[in-house]
Amino acid sequence: MTMEGNSRPRLAPGCRMGENNNQRMLLMPERALRLNGPSLEIVSRCDGQHTVVQIIAELQQIYSKAEPHKVEQDIIGYLALLQKERALDFEL
Amino acid sequence: MTLNSHNPLALVVELTHRCPLHCVYCSNPLELQSRANELSTEAWSRVFKEAAEAGVLQADFTGGEPLARPDIVDLVRNARAAGLYVSLITSGLPLDEAKLDSLVQSGLDHFQLSFQGGHEETASDISGTKSHSHKLRVLQWLKRYRIGVTLNFVIHRRNIDELEEMLAIVENSGAGCVEFASVQYYGWAFPNRERLLPTRQQVDRCVELLNRAEEQLRGKTRVLFVVPDYYAKFPKPCVGGWGRKLMLITPSGDALPCHAATVIPGLSFENVKNRSLREIWDHSEAFQKFRGQDWMQEPCKSCDRRDLDFGGCRCQALLLTGDACATDPVCSLAPQRPKVDAILAEINNSSAQQAISTPAWLYRPNPS
Repeated sequence: MTMEGNSRPRLAPGCRMGENNNQRMLLMPERALRLNGPSLEIVSRCDGQHTVVQIIAELQQIYSKAEPHKVEQDIIGYLALLQKERALDFEL
Repeated sequence: MTLNSHNPLALVVELTHRCPLHCVYCSNPLELQSRANELSTEAWSRVFKEAAEAGVLQADFTGGEPLARPDIVDLVRNARAAGLYVSLITSGLPLDEAKLDSLVQSGLDHFQLSFQGGHEETASDISGTKSHSHKLRVLQWLKRYRIGVTLNFVIHRRNIDELEEMLAIVENSGAGCVEFASVQYYGWAFPNRERLLPTRQQVDRCVELLNRAEEQLRGKTRVLFVVPDYYAKFPKPCVGGWGRKLMLITPSGDALPCHAATVIPGLSFENVKNRSLREIWDHSEAFQKFRGQDWMQEPCKSCDRRDLDFGGCRCQALLLTGDACATDPVCSLAPQRPKVDAILAEINNSSAQQAISTPAWLYRPNPS
């Protein structure tokens, strides 16, 4: 399924948040990703509840000093990358 | 010698060497450990705690066949409780629906199912056991659960022409990832190499097919291809660098820097029964031996790629050149590369290709 504004990203099967030495991580089959700042804010909202539009709005609020359009583009790019890496599913 | 600043990140947990399959490329050592020497449930559970404390993120349960351990469900639960991400790397044999359900309920994160071919006949020839149709059943059962699923096809000359059939299995599997892993020539694969090494023509066709499959499956199933490194230009960054990321524990508790490390003469391994995992990681001779770059010879020593591939694989260097400190001879810059080229030349000439019609495999036995 492709990403739409109203799709609800959710961590793919076999992917979950974890912690190691006070570092938040996205744990995936045979891989792990460090989550910091924006990436942590995004991934922790990929719960199958938030829509892409909602995630963008909330991040634009948190990073209010950044250019809103840039925040939106970054988020869309990051979500697409996570989906390609099979860390995310997009549900409607 | 450098004192290590990295944590181990992955713990390969070789629970047992017992296995109902007898695969001709098994990565286990030629000297298999018996059941009597296997670590207890309690000892393993302590290892999981020590691993998590040392910074390990992931535990890969393997063997032999990890399901051969009657305490497998408890081991999964205890590794999860220790804070680890738990993968089960299995042939799917022996597994029934109730056992799979218990494994998932106990917190299994990721299920990696191995396949030996595109259909039953090849799979049975390679593994010396009839198991292919059971694996297809296991795949159906897995669809009931929301856990990670990876399919692993170990490929080589005997099955590489069945890629279309393998991809058909992937297509309907719902798996998040598929690995087409070319045989690596260690363990039982080394003596079977003449019959396992694919021809250059086969490898080229395989790469083309998998590139197409990768596009078709994008967003659905991630396609990974482990190249047959004898055909590569540069060596693989074996285990992500010696003593940098990975620790393997054998069924009896020896801590190894990689699967094949026992082939290197003079290397002594410490046991988790006698010393903590963190101390072994930081101080044991085996982990220090090829850590960092002090051990390197030329051309590795001054090579731009030394931080990318760490000189390749120490065990392969030993097996092919007799010197564990040599540049991995699959490297195009290695002085010993002609040895690999000679092996490939033999495989790619027509008379050698005929030998495959009468395979005489050396099967891996099942230890007591």
